[in-house]
Amino acid sequence: MRDVLSPGADPAILAPPAPAPAVPKIRMRGVRKAFGPKQVLDGVDLDVAAGHSVVILGGSGSGKSVTIKCILGLIQPDEGVIEVDGRDVLHMSRREREALGDRIGMLFQNGALFDSLPVWENVCFKLLAQKRITRARARDKAAEVLAQVGLAGSVGDLSPAELSGGMQKRVALARAIAAQPDIIFFDEPTTGLDPIMGAVIDGLIVDCVKRLGATAVSITHDMASARRIGDTAAMLHKGHIVWNGPAAALGHTGNALVDQFANGEREGPIQMELRK
Amino acid sequence: MDSLILDPLAALGRATLAACRTVGGVALFALEAISHLLRPPFYWRLFWRAFVEIAWFSLPVVALTAIFTGMVLALQSYTGFARFNAQSTIASVVVISLTRELGPVLAALMVAGRIGASFAAEIGTMRVTDQIDALTTLSTNPMKYLVAPRILAAVIALPLLVLVADILGVMGGWLIGTYKLGFVSVAYLKSTFDFMQAEDVISGLVKAAAFGFVIALMGTWCGYNSKGGAQGVGGATTTAVVVSSILILALDYVLTEAFFAR
Ligand SMILES: Nc1ncnc2c1ncn2[C@@H]1O[C@H](COP(=O)(O)OP(=O)(O)OP(=O)(O)O)[C@@H](O)[C@H]1O
Ligand SMILES: [Mg+2]
Repeated sequence: MRDVLSPGADPAILAPPAPAPAVPKIRMRGVRKAFGPKQVLDGVDLDVAAGHSVVILGGSGSGKSVTIKCILGLIQPDEGVIEVDGRDVLHMSRREREALGDRIGMLFQNGALFDSLPVWENVCFKLLAQKRITRARARDKAAEVLAQVGLAGSVGDLSPAELSGGMQKRVALARAIAAQPDIIFFDEPTTGLDPIMGAVIDGLIVDCVKRLGATAVSITHDMASARRIGDTAAMLHKGHIVWNGPAAALGHTGNALVDQFANGEREGPIQMELRK
Repeated sequence: MDSLILDPLAALGRATLAACRTVGGVALFALEAISHLLRPPFYWRLFWRAFVEIAWFSLPVVALTAIFTGMVLALQSYTGFARFNAQSTIASVVVISLTRELGPVLAALMVAGRIGASFAAEIGTMRVTDQIDALTTLSTNPMKYLVAPRILAAVIALPLLVLVADILGVMGGWLIGTYKLGFVSVAYLKSTFDFMQAEDVISGLVKAAAFGFVIALMGTWCGYNSKGGAQGVGGATTTAVVVSSILILALDYVLTEAFFAR
């Protein structure tokens, strides 16, 4: 399914024919979601081109995680359209959904590691579930992926509860990328890491996109990181995407909202609801 | 004035609807879990872990409960029946009440406390820390992975536990009978085996399987649907134990009616 062209743009008249607009990898239109009386998403429109990396910005509690969970099908939106590869994910059969899920990776904001399993089994969980690897091979594979996120292979034998917060984050990251997914969601990949490790992880994410050709959607509060990992950035505010543009421009976009957010200024159009 | 009459009615209506929704939800949950048992893959590793947890680690609790129950039963029936000079029936009273009722019900109640709580707490924690969502994103169906193996394990483990409880309970009665009440050991045992009927034992084991299903179902359902952090998980755990205990007693009545009220 192609994007519907505007009525004026009849391809037959255009000469030479413009290249057909590529189907975005992910397309959201008018996605709304409320929890009780609270309208968290109020018509989110977002396009993510294949092989691109998009960073979603927004204040705490603005609905960034909810947006991602809607695309993943973990939260059912009240209204709207979500398409992946041009196919409506909200009305898919369970089998199609599972097939799609096989190609998607997700890093949860809090890691969400399985604490009943050792680290190596966490990392290779998806590969084992899809029977792409034997249990005997999984330890070595886990050590390989753990090395990419800067962890020693011996970490594989620990339980997640024995790791520091930053280490847990990196194990979760390793788990998200181990199966080499097509589409990867990172919910605050570098929060809780030291600056150098943060830069390493940013590099890893860029690598996933550039080398593996994956499409990435990341949430971050760190502007330096956003500029490093994002091709484009989108700002979520009051339930809408209020700005969408190149990530490199963050901080001097000309949009007062985004600039205030990116530069972390107290004064501006965004008023924190603090009691004076 | 209207509201004085209508408010309680509206509240009653809301409560009824909520109850129906819950019952429907549990029923659908149970059906989905069973349907996952019939479709591959099946997680044997998790089944085995749950089975060991239920059958092996509940053994001490269930064994002690059964032995003491058998002992008390012998003692109580002796003091009661002595008034009618019917002491000789003690062995039969012990074996019948244990195999039909007390073995399954008491074992199930003990297991409900241990296993129902642990299922609800473990799955509830996984829910509130996004681990269940993570399973979905890792090509694994959480119902198939977390719920189905536990339910099957409980359905198989409970009858085995009850079999042990039956044997130990009868032994408890025999201990008291021979060492305290002055029965001849062989005569007591003969009386026991004369009155022990396959029907009683089997009906008890069928009950046990049903109770196992209820315990695992309520434990997993409460955990699966818990929300709101540590407090939510605590609430889910309590609910799982309380509801499954009540359901065990209610179901016991229903099954007894079905088996014996002919
Ligand atoms: N399961 C839920 N039930 C009820 N409310 C929810 C639920 N999930 C999220 N919310 C609400 O939705 C809003 C957005 O949550 P979300 O987690 O998407 O924020 P966020 O943008 O990711 O914030 P942060 O940067 O702090 O992670 C919050 O106000 C939250 O209270
Ligand atoms: Mg978030």
